[in-house]
Amino acid sequence: MNISYMYSLIAVIILFLLAYVGVKFPGGEVFFGIIIPYLALIIFILGFINRVIDWARSPVPFRIPTTCGQQKSLPWIKSANIDNPSTTGGVVVRMILEVVFLRSLFRNTKCELKEGDKISYEWEKWLWLFSLTFHWAFFTVLFRHLRFFTEPVPACVQLLEKLDGFLQIGLPGLMLSGVALLAAVTFLFLRRILIPQVKYISLGSDYFPLFLIFGIAFTGILMRYFTKVDIVGVKEFTMSLVTLNPHVIKGIGGVFYVHLFFVSVLLVYFPFSKLMHLGGIFMSPTRNLVNNSRVKRHVNPWNYPVKVHTYDAYEDEFREKMIEIGLPVEKMMAPETPEEPEEKE
Amino acid sequence: MSELPKPDELFSKIDYRPAPKGWMDTPVNIRKGIACYASNPKSVEYVGLPYPRQWSCFDEDWQLPENWKEIISKGFRERLDRFRSIKVFMDICVRCGACADKCHFFIGSGDPKNMPVLRAELLRSVYRNDFTTAGKIIGSIGKNFKKIIGARELDLQVLKEWWYYLFQCSECRRCSVFCPYGIDTAEITIMGRELLNLIGLNVDWIATPVANCYRTGNHLGIQPHAYKDMMDFFTDDIEEITGVRVEPSFNKKGADILFITPSGDIFADPGTFTCMGYMMLFHYLKEKYGFDITWSTYASEGGNFGFFTSHEMMKRLNSKMYAEAKRLGVKWILGGECGHMWRVIHQYMDTMNGPADFLEEPVSPITGTKFENAKSTKMVHITEFTADLIKHNKLDLDPSRNDHLKVTYHDSCNTARGMGLLEEPRYVIKNVCNNFYEMPANTIREQTFCCGSGSGLNAGENMELRMQGGLPRANAVKYVHEKHGVNMLACICAIDRAALPASMEYWVPEVDVTGVHEMVANALILPGEGKRTTDLRSEPLPGMEEDDAE
Repeated sequence: MNISYMYSLIAVIILFLLAYVGVKFPGGEVFFGIIIPYLALIIFILGFINRVIDWARSPVPFRIPTTCGQQKSLPWIKSANIDNPSTTGGVVVRMILEVVFLRSLFRNTKCELKEGDKISYEWEKWLWLFSLTFHWAFFTVLFRHLRFFTEPVPACVQLLEKLDGFLQIGLPGLMLSGVALLAAVTFLFLRRILIPQVKYISLGSDYFPLFLIFGIAFTGILMRYFTKVDIVGVKEFTMSLVTLNPHVIKGIGGVFYVHLFFVSVLLVYFPFSKLMHLGGIFMSPTRNLVNNSRVKRHVNPWNYPVKVHTYDAYEDEFREKMIEIGLPVEKMMAPETPEEPEEKE
Repeated sequence: MSELPKPDELFSKIDYRPAPKGWMDTPVNIRKGIACYASNPKSVEYVGLPYPRQWSCFDEDWQLPENWKEIISKGFRERLDRFRSIKVFMDICVRCGACADKCHFFIGSGDPKNMPVLRAELLRSVYRNDFTTAGKIIGSIGKNFKKIIGARELDLQVLKEWWYYLFQCSECRRCSVFCPYGIDTAEITIMGRELLNLIGLNVDWIATPVANCYRTGNHLGIQPHAYKDMMDFFTDDIEEITGVRVEPSFNKKGADILFITPSGDIFADPGTFTCMGYMMLFHYLKEKYGFDITWSTYASEGGNFGFFTSHEMMKRLNSKMYAEAKRLGVKWILGGECGHMWRVIHQYMDTMNGPADFLEEPVSPITGTKFENAKSTKMVHITEFTADLIKHNKLDLDPSRNDHLKVTYHDSCNTARGMGLLEEPRYVIKNVCNNFYEMPANTIREQTFCCGSGSGLNAGENMELRMQGGLPRANAVKYVHEKHGVNMLACICAIDRAALPASMEYWVPEVDVTGVHEMVANALILPGEGKRTTDLRSEPLPGMEEDDAE
């Protein structure tokens, strides 16, 4: 039994019970519906900013981009301005490709030992595909939720919702993003327990957010398609949160509070966890720097003088040998100095 | 020294499935054949690094200073505050595992702690415990919880594990190409080794070259008179082969440019042939175009093993390049074929020891080409320089003199991923020899594999590790050897020239190793040369085999 995911699973189940049972107590709805979400949001925002500022406080002393293509050198050699950016524009495109399309993950290969003594490296697209699906689906779901927090609902949100539900299956219409999110989370979880190497490196802090996000997506789907939550009531409630005039609406149901609680936990967990890769990717010095360190001097703010072995010291040690073999020297050997008359004591 | 297993044994031992027991519960087992010997205290002392002492990694007691934990912890904090890279890389890894099978040491050994992610986790686990809020809060609940979030206390076992695995990383950055956040294990290894050096835990293959370089100007400790002697010896060889006597100049004030290359090429085959190649090329340029290049015995090292010790040591050794260029009053600096040397020059030198405002922006007086890409650092890579000469038709070349070679090209990690020098050497190779074949796409250019011995791991006592790490490169060479009959592996790195022959001999015995400028010199028609019957290795040229037999 792998304690890492068992503990994480148990943690998520406990969180579920906390919210599900908790709201039934007097004041529970206020606590889980109003106090916790507000608190979570504040912790998320402050925590996120704090983390980014903390990173930014450390300087980038050296220009160390990982170059993944031809440098800009001689005019007749074609350079790769995106994978090895020589301009800020190149870096911007490189970052966009990285953040929006997970460019580096797209390169992923799988190494295998073949019969005899061959090693093969095959393109491995699944991790990239499901990661991309995961992030895009999550983003879509998040964006769609703006309809709970805006009045009137902006056209772009409505449009996205239409696109997301274009299959027009069932009533209420099936949203592709929700299904995609669940599928991707499931894949990401399964590869963690099925691929031996990935299982070996996985920590509780890798499983926990997966279970939590699974829980969020699951409770969301449950409300929309199965328990048919009172959508008008939910909107009234969320708008009350947005307008800072929070009040509880009766009869929304336990699953909704579980959903909201999971989201709150995710928000609180976010700034203290690996989920901060959302901010960190923008600050990664191997990706966000121009490869122009021979063109333009990069300044290290804490560059300090160091002890060096000077030429003079070098020549002093080897002068005789250098002269003997005909190497030029700065100072010729001092002619045999007449012995100082020895001082007698 | 331990017995090196046979190639097929080594290969069949590789198993990518980690043991069922978790990595934190698997104590480090420091093995002979994998680990390098500890640094010689004299070398550590010579450059004034802390805690020089006689110790051995195979001993139980490493004779650490009493307050070693405090030193490491303080050093860690300092580095977090100085390097954003390390801070961000400690925080954002999601352990997706994309890097896992990208490391040549993992591919060749199957040791799960050689997965880049896990190598970094060795340090991250301590970071989480000591420096993060989450680690402190959750850690206080209990040890089991610590483990779940991947945190642990630094103790002697952990320290030994750091040492063992930080000297099984060649800082090649291949993993950082595949990481979705660009997490660079080289940064983590560099930082980790800095920490280890704070308590005197270096390996001798790094510490002694560093001390040598500090004193004599080069890693091998070649003193100025011996340096000249060795070059004289090459001069004789060149005369014997070509009938032309070249006259390299040393420490010459007022020369046009200063040339700096790794000392390894002065010292041992096959690098020596590359060195002869430079000498012939420079002679040609002097004769034909009056271009005056000087060598230095003081700045007689291109490489920088200080880079494998600490940022400070790197700066101390690197300072000689600019100092010597200034003293000699040259216009700019030309750099020879070397890997990590160029990472240092390209990404660090100007920042550390610049600005080089006493030099001129590099221009080739022969072609008029301005090397805009080296405008500030004022140092040009020799393949950039030679490619430009060839492009402008400034060299008389007879590539058929390399017809006995079927060549493939190994990109050095550092020039590929820390610079992007990919096409220049290929252009040169294609113009000086007729048979060139690329290795498979996933093993070259930015995806190139390390020779297996980079970053100071080129020792003798860790041969098993070197052969494990060399496997992916050798396997790709074997592929083109079998498919196209490739018999020569070209490279632009002195460590490659020192390390790859051993790895070829072990994995693909039919393939030799050469520097690019050895092949340039083979093809280069020197003014006034006699009929050449052999190449620089004194082996008969194609069609001359019989002449030779006569």
